[in-house]
Amino acid sequence: MPQDLFAQIDLPRVYRRRRFLNDVALSLTGVAVALAVIPLVWIVVYVFLKGMQNINLDFFIHLPQAMGTTGGGVTNAIQGSIVMVLVAVVVAIPIALLVAFYLLFHPQTLLGQILRFSTDLLAGVPSIVIGLFGYAILVVPFKHFSALAGGLVLAMIMLPIVIRSAEEMLKLVPKELREGALALGAPEWKTSLSVVLVAALEGIVTGVMLAIARATGETAPLLFTALGNEHYNVVAYVRQGISQHQSIFQILHKILAEPTDALPLTLWKYAQQPYPERVAQSWTVALVLMFFVLALNIGARSWLARKRRQTRG
Amino acid sequence: MTQSLAIKMVIRRLSVFYKSFQALHEVDMPVYEHHVTAIIGPSGCGKSTLLRSLNRMNDLVPGSRIKGEVLLDGEDIYDPGQDVVDVRRRVGMVFQRPNPFPMSIYDNVAFGPKLYGIKKQPVLDGIVEESLRAAALWDDVKDKLKQSGMALSGGQQQRLCIARAIAIQPEVLLMDEPASALDPIATLRIEELIAELKQRFTIVIVTHNMQQAARVSDYTAFLMMNDQRAGELAEFSETAILFTTPKDKRTEDYITGRFG
Ligand SMILES: Nc1ncnc2c1ncn2[C@@H]1O[C@H](COP(=O)(O)OP(=O)(O)OP(=O)(O)O)[C@@H](O)[C@H]1O
Ligand SMILES: [Mg+2]
Repeated sequence: MPQDLFAQIDLPRVYRRRRFLNDVALSLTGVAVALAVIPLVWIVVYVFLKGMQNINLDFFIHLPQAMGTTGGGVTNAIQGSIVMVLVAVVVAIPIALLVAFYLLFHPQTLLGQILRFSTDLLAGVPSIVIGLFGYAILVVPFKHFSALAGGLVLAMIMLPIVIRSAEEMLKLVPKELREGALALGAPEWKTSLSVVLVAALEGIVTGVMLAIARATGETAPLLFTALGNEHYNVVAYVRQGISQHQSIFQILHKILAEPTDALPLTLWKYAQQPYPERVAQSWTVALVLMFFVLALNIGARSWLARKRRQTRG
Repeated sequence: MTQSLAIKMVIRRLSVFYKSFQALHEVDMPVYEHHVTAIIGPSGCGKSTLLRSLNRMNDLVPGSRIKGEVLLDGEDIYDPGQDVVDVRRRVGMVFQRPNPFPMSIYDNVAFGPKLYGIKKQPVLDGIVEESLRAAALWDDVKDKLKQSGMALSGGQQQRLCIARAIAIQPEVLLMDEPASALDPIATLRIEELIAELKQRFTIVIVTHNMQQAARVSDYTAFLMMNDQRAGELAEFSETAILFTTPKDKRTEDYITGRFG
């Protein structure tokens, strides 16, 4: 190395230049952050202000009233959304986890490649096409729009999101963890469930939350499957069922086999009606939709935090 | 050696292949009961491969094959009639990186016993305490058994993994560089622990650290790569002899630092 390595170099200038570049980069990221956050805050505040105007208890527990009159609620849509998202979760998550584990163990097999390819395809299919497909195979044969059909198309929308995120999260689990359990003589299924899955749980739940948020906000596929129903009321069905001594199956049938409303469907319908009360209510629906997703997120996060204290310390 | 020498395992003409690559070539060596056998050798010579073939962990590597025999109490663990689960119950393993499961300290240790149908709470409590005591961890954790195993220090985590491995009362304990991720003090405690554990178990330990091999082991196997880069057993003898008067030139070069 030459003795006077820095002799010809103007070090203060190098440092000045570096500081300058640093400032430029910092300002650029600041602008980017603002660009990203402003629309978000704007949307939230706007929906909040508009939506709060006629929020009250009735809105949550009453069915819609005749058009053109004030009052009434959207309990049909709230309950319908909950029922259909629940159906979607119950159907999609076990399937998605099984597929993710299959992809983890057999990434290179023919079936593995087919699964991965079709997962990608499914993720890219416009949701309205999935709705049309649901209409063809879940509605037409039964001659009936239903919560079940709606829940199942939502499940199809959730599937690729959960599969991809679960697969990524499972891949991140150190292989020593799996080997540690197998070295104790644990069977593969037990290892997967009680060690690998638990280690990846946090990321998987995050993916599931994303998928639920997506499904909750979907409108197009429900147009063809759930249709909408201003009288849908699970609470009333259950009450009625109990008083008439119906079996659980009969009550479930009523809940799942009826045309059903959902929050985004209601929002879409109300927003284009010529009655100002309904347009105003559509903002409240938007607010409820937003908070539904937010509450779900907060709930999942606090559950995870508690879980983490137990498993990770 | 004052103790009488019983042979616990015999490795006979063992070759291991990963797809077409041969990682081990015809290794022959015994493992003596209630003694510590160290496996040393340069990086990539197949120490881990040899160790993992003693409880069939290599079965998990797609494309791996073995030739030869590994006898445990005279029976070949690769015999088609052998149950892998039973092999792994009898031959436990501790890994290089501490790998506590994402669950409480108690559940980590109880994981193994539960697998084999031990469900009664008092029995499990007893096993957990005894295993943690044997791993010299009980006093550190007895007040926080419900806490996560991942919240412990690295050295404690490794002792937890040892407790977990011995909770199913294996006959042989395999350790792959169990102290290489630990600081010197934690390393010392693991070494002391190994000296105690050999009263109850037969131990095979892979180590990069020759002082460690000299300190903890009774027998040492020195592996070396041959021209095809497959690991071969260059020398096996009592540790004291191998480190003072090695018979093989390669051993001498290696332990005096002229190689690797
Ligand atoms: N799963 C595997 N697939 C293919 N080749 C492997 C696999 N595991 C090990 N090998 C190869 O086998 C040889 C021996 O590896 P092994 O891990 O047993 O060496 P080692 O002596 O334990 O090395 P180190 O001291 O670095 O841990 C190496 O050439 C390695 O690349
Ligand atoms: Mg190794």
